[in-house]
Amino acid sequence: MFSRVVTTALFAGCIAGLLGGLLQLYFVQPVLLHAELYESGTITHFGSDPMTHASHGDSELDLTRDLLSLGFSMAIYVGYGLILAALMALRQESNQTISIRQGLIWGLAGFIAVHFAPGFGLPPEVPGVASASLESRQIWWGATVLATIIAFWLIAFSKAPIAFGLAVVLLLAPHVIGAPEPDMLIGPVPPEIASHFAARAFGVGMASWAVLGLFSSYFLATHAADDVD
Amino acid sequence: MTNHTITHSNTRSSTNSSLNSSSMRRILPLIMAIMLGVSVLAVAGHAQSPTLHGAAHDTRHATGFPCH
Repeated sequence: MFSRVVTTALFAGCIAGLLGGLLQLYFVQPVLLHAELYESGTITHFGSDPMTHASHGDSELDLTRDLLSLGFSMAIYVGYGLILAALMALRQESNQTISIRQGLIWGLAGFIAVHFAPGFGLPPEVPGVASASLESRQIWWGATVLATIIAFWLIAFSKAPIAFGLAVVLLLAPHVIGAPEPDMLIGPVPPEIASHFAARAFGVGMASWAVLGLFSSYFLATHAADDVD
Repeated sequence: MTNHTITHSNTRSSTNSSLNSSSMRRILPLIMAIMLGVSVLAVAGHAQSPTLHGAAHDTRHATGFPCH
């Protein structure tokens, strides 16, 4: 069982991470590099000719940086894949099959749980934005992801009506409590670039998670026959 | 396949303790896989060593991990 989950996570995670990494390099990286010019002060938001800097422009190819991004994208989605495949296998333990179409829904739910829900309080941020202390944001991020995953599990699989109520509470609680916020807003990056970055990060994340869910269900079903126990 | 199923239901119906150890045996690998996944994410997404942070920087921003 363990090797089946790990094999599934490796294959599905590498595919999703590679695809997500390539989408990231094409769609997100130009926005990020543009933002870094403001972060470093190479160009400034006010007082300069806005027409010069309105376009993201062609991002320069930095092979080492881009390959590292691809590698880490694959590592992150293998990590997510391990959790996703283990939870899928847990359902299969209850004699529930997961079709590839259902896998797609698992993937989209995963995207909402680890990307969109924490992003509701801590939007994907361009370099240089002001933010609260890293530790407090990491704790809030982790708690939000965990609460959302439990809520989705209750909605999807619990038969007790009270579970729906509990799920709603779990979904809302992190956002009612609220994400840690910075004391001052001092970001040098224009809001147009920041919002464009957040939207692109969400889009690429959703596509990657859809692929992760789809391939996780596929590989898990493919390797089911290999299981000896 | 049929034999396998029969063996299983026998095991399950025998005693409470064997039921517990059987379900633990099935769930433990899944818990280990989840812990492995969390460890991978802790290193790739959250660890703050300067080298690791520099290398993972762009991906962390794009995948919405708290960064900096």
